[in-house]
Amino acid sequence: MTDAATLGAAPPRTSAKGVRNGPDWRNGLFILPFLLVYVGLLVYPLFWGMWISLLTYDMFDKSAIFSGLDNFRNLFSDTIFLGAVRNTFVFVLLTVPTFVVIGLALALALNRESRNAAVLRAVFFGASVLSVTIVTIIWKIMYLPGRGLISVVLGLFGIAPISFLTTSSLALPAIAAATVWWIIGLPMMLFLAALQQIPGELYEAAVLDNASRWRTLRSITLPSITRTFVVVVIYEIVAQFQLFGQALLLTQGGPNNTSRPIVLFIYETGFRDWNLGYAAAASEVLFLLMAIAAMAQYVASRRGEAR
Amino acid sequence: MSSIELDRVSKRFGAAEVISDLSLRIESGEFVVFLGASGCGKTTLLRMIAGLERIDGGEIRIDGERVDTLPPGARGVAMVFQHYALYPHMTIFENMAFGLRNIGAARDEIARRVKEAARVLEIEPLLQRKPGQLSGGQRQRVAIGRALVKQPKAFLFDEPLSNLDAALRVRTRVELARLHQQTRATTIFVTHDQVEAMTLAERIVVMNARKIEQIGSPMEIYAWPATEFVARFVGSPSMNFLPVDIVGDGEFAVVKLAGGETLPTRIPAGALPAGASFRLGIRAEAVRPDAQGALTGKVEVVERLGDRTHLHVRLADRSTIIGEDSGMSRAAPGDAVTLRLDPSQAHLFDAQGRGYQAAAEAHP
Repeated sequence: MTDAATLGAAPPRTSAKGVRNGPDWRNGLFILPFLLVYVGLLVYPLFWGMWISLLTYDMFDKSAIFSGLDNFRNLFSDTIFLGAVRNTFVFVLLTVPTFVVIGLALALALNRESRNAAVLRAVFFGASVLSVTIVTIIWKIMYLPGRGLISVVLGLFGIAPISFLTTSSLALPAIAAATVWWIIGLPMMLFLAALQQIPGELYEAAVLDNASRWRTLRSITLPSITRTFVVVVIYEIVAQFQLFGQALLLTQGGPNNTSRPIVLFIYETGFRDWNLGYAAAASEVLFLLMAIAAMAQYVASRRGEAR
Repeated sequence: MSSIELDRVSKRFGAAEVISDLSLRIESGEFVVFLGASGCGKTTLLRMIAGLERIDGGEIRIDGERVDTLPPGARGVAMVFQHYALYPHMTIFENMAFGLRNIGAARDEIARRVKEAARVLEIEPLLQRKPGQLSGGQRQRVAIGRALVKQPKAFLFDEPLSNLDAALRVRTRVELARLHQQTRATTIFVTHDQVEAMTLAERIVVMNARKIEQIGSPMEIYAWPATEFVARFVGSPSMNFLPVDIVGDGEFAVVKLAGGETLPTRIPAGALPAGASFRLGIRAEAVRPDAQGALTGKVEVVERLGDRTHLHVRLADRSTIIGEDSGMSRAAPGDAVTLRLDPSQAHLFDAQGRGYQAAAEAHP
């Protein structure tokens, strides 16, 4: 009581030694370095990009004329852009479920303490550290009609060589396959980390409860990793919407615009045609699509969890 | 209910043999406690019966039927885990129903059994909650309920009270005892807590270093410990041990303490191996302050437990002995005290730790 009374009598927020209690603006200095980088390199460009999307901005002669929503109006009648949007969606639909299914399957198969499992985990994760240039070189060779590995294997079954990267219907799936091969390691590792969090006692209880392997997977394993599931899906949606390097290096968007993703369209418009306002408008559309897709997935999973 | 037989069972982890040639029979309806320090193999033994550990030799039979070749679910046993192992995303009802659903029990039969178990365990209001919303004690009941609904041949408990606070542990202990009296289910209960073992068991299996030290009723274990380990492990405070020499050649052994005092025991002298060195074992309650006593020393610590008082007394030869006095004892640290040892409650242990006691009828 005496202590409390003495404290109460002291000048507010300052003790005898001049040490302040409670909020102090100087504490804000600790986050200042991060804040500067965050605002300078993320928040400011974000809003500047929105502004540029309202301009007719030619980088060549550095003219910038306010043109309202003209860029957006033009985008939605631009068949190349609409094709790029379609390609991007198809790519996301091809890759994200594959990442989830194969990533989870690998994690389930390799979630054990054996030397083979450890080696295979390293092998599957290993490809993720390669740069996109290396990956596309590998897959260009793989897809080479006649001499590539895939052609050779198909040849064993008497199938004629297929030119994957120059066939309209196969170019985008070919890029998707290369992408899955490249970065399947990350979802696998995330799922593995989640699986290892499940207490072993639960599985022992399930065995004593006569649960079959399938039942155990459905009733114990999958419900225990829903959070990771959501993280993987949202992360992959955001990442795969930004397909760029593989498409640029494997197909340049061809043949006939069938593998051109939005980011490649933005790159070509902004940095080849110098039409910055138009590119910025396309960026805003991409931003919105990614936000909607990720939010939809998040809301859906929250609803699933609440049920 | 069913009997459980372990017949020359052994278990290896790599090159290390953790259980070797162990045989044990648990009668139908019996409550048996495996008691021992951590690492003594008691949990491994339980898990071998459950089927969670493979056995490397011998046979396990339940009701005469060999089960060690069957998967855990087919053995007809239910286990309550140390950390309960409730399925976190299922409701309490679903947790309890899971095992029954997996064997294709009818829906109304499942509901009936879960409701009945919930009633017995007083967890009916919790059935629609999830484990995360329950307290430790409630989870414990659910874990027991999940075992109960299966109507198993035997219940296996793996240190189920160790995660509860002291008060709840005592209450749950009593409830378990009551539950067993109601169901008369064959039960194996693993613990390192000798109080749990003494209070719950009909028979205690004391284990040490992956071997059975002694099997007996709680009072047999307490009054006639077969080995020095058992004598030390069971009872609080731990039994006193004093080096002694055997003197005299009468029917019963007479021991001489290091300080020269002699004490006639009721232990038949003929049973003792000749020429061996012995230690006298005597529990605190058989060591009482008494002006006529043979041992003198100085009180060092006084522990008051309310109904009785433990006196830690330093003897002339610098060894310490714990004696017991009444709750209202006036002893204080520093007091000189004379202690009398009750010869009828004396134990002798040889160098190998084997125990020798007075014959049964000499005990109360």
